Amino acid sequence: MNTLKEVIARRAAAELEAGSIVNLGIGIPTLITQYVPPDSIFFHTENGLLGVGALEPNDYDPLRVNAGKLPVGELKGASYFDSAASFGMIRGGHISVAVLGALQVDAQGLVANWAVPNQNIIGVGGAMDLLVGAKKVIITMLHTTKNNQPKLIASCTCPVTSIRPADLVITERAVFRRLENTWYLTEILEGNSLDTIRRDTAFAFDILLNFRERKERPL
Amino acid sequence: MNKIIEPSSAVDKIFSGQTLMVGGFGLVGAPLTLIEELAKRDVNQLTILSNNLGEPGQGLGLLLRQRQVKKAVGSYFTSNWEVGEAYNQGFLEIELMPQGTFAESIRAGGAGIGGFYTKTGVGTELGERKEVRVIHGEKYLFEPSWRADVALIKAYQADQMGNLTYHKTARNFNPVMATAADYVIAEVDEIVACGQLPPENIVTPHLFVDAIVQSRRMLTREGVVDR
Repeated sequence: MNTLKEVIARRAAAELEAGSIVNLGIGIPTLITQYVPPDSIFFHTENGLLGVGALEPNDYDPLRVNAGKLPVGELKGASYFDSAASFGMIRGGHISVAVLGALQVDAQGLVANWAVPNQNIIGVGGAMDLLVGAKKVIITMLHTTKNNQPKLIASCTCPVTSIRPADLVITERAVFRRLENTWYLTEILEGNSLDTIRRDTAFAFDILLNFRERKERPL
Repeated sequence: MNKIIEPSSAVDKIFSGQTLMVGGFGLVGAPLTLIEELAKRDVNQLTILSNNLGEPGQGLGLLLRQRQVKKAVGSYFTSNWEVGEAYNQGFLEIELMPQGTFAESIRAGGAGIGGFYTKTGVGTELGERKEVRVIHGEKYLFEPSWRADVALIKAYQADQMGNLTYHKTARNFNPVMATAADYVIAEVDEIVACGQLPPENIVTPHLFVDAIVQSRRMLTREGVVDR
């Protein structure tokens, strides 16, 4: 029995192409490492490691952590670098995909994932840099709040993280892709219906089921 | 040349009201011995540039608890709940920066660059009241550089001259902070003779480092302990 978060992580993992450089945010994105084939993806963590691997039981090092400060392993071919170089990689467009959590995503594709209105704003981390710099941004999130309110909404009520729109939203119920400034529902996950997705999604979307992304062929 | 000194004499260089850079990503790569030595002193009203303020009562969290910090400049203070409490009670000012902007402003400060333009933060609350400039058709924010009076950094190995190497993700902000302060103190786990570190492996060359102290505290699975 998979939890909803595991369903989302598994579906997000299927979006990652072999050989790509991927930065994972805190929360659901961190679960993705369990669902990719070994050594197929180079995971980047902004605190200074390219080549994050699963933690082997006899290889624990308290000074080797991911952006969530959790201990991780390192793959063959891994490298370490300082924070300025790491964010140079991010802003400079060298990260293929950032997979991030979010509080809200709106009709324009804007993402809110760093602050809640009327609460202290005391943490932002690398969220703004990742949204600005990653070539592709995938948002993984539960479809609704704990009170069943939509998180995919007309206009963010939480402070936005960037003016750069997300490319893809993956929830436990659906996949939405942003193509030419429009959200398209491209997939309904098993056990869900279009009716309930419509009911619980407050941004406008068109329907384009069975969409296949055109893969660039190498010359 | 021998820059090795005792932690107690190293913190003699720090005075109330100064601006300090302190390395580390949480407690990982934080100069724990130097911070604890500073916590013994009657030094306060400090402006601290560090990604976080440690954890409750640990690392920089110790200086916060003792009210030695006037202002914190960094990117993520959420992980120490005492930061929010001190902020609400009016004991602490906070300047929040995107993590990449924070790192780059220190890099710029150490490289003699007055500031830089970045797309990060454009159109957000953190970008309000900042200069916006359109470059190559896209909006960028101006961010001034940062420097400090003193930097407290953590490295893995040093030779007596102050050449430094780092251990895994304990590197983080330490090499950039080493470049951007008037006086730089490096806390290290191992001190070796000159010539023992292969020149190709040195990350921070000795010209950035003013003093070296041997670490007495370390981060383990069980938390911060004596070495």
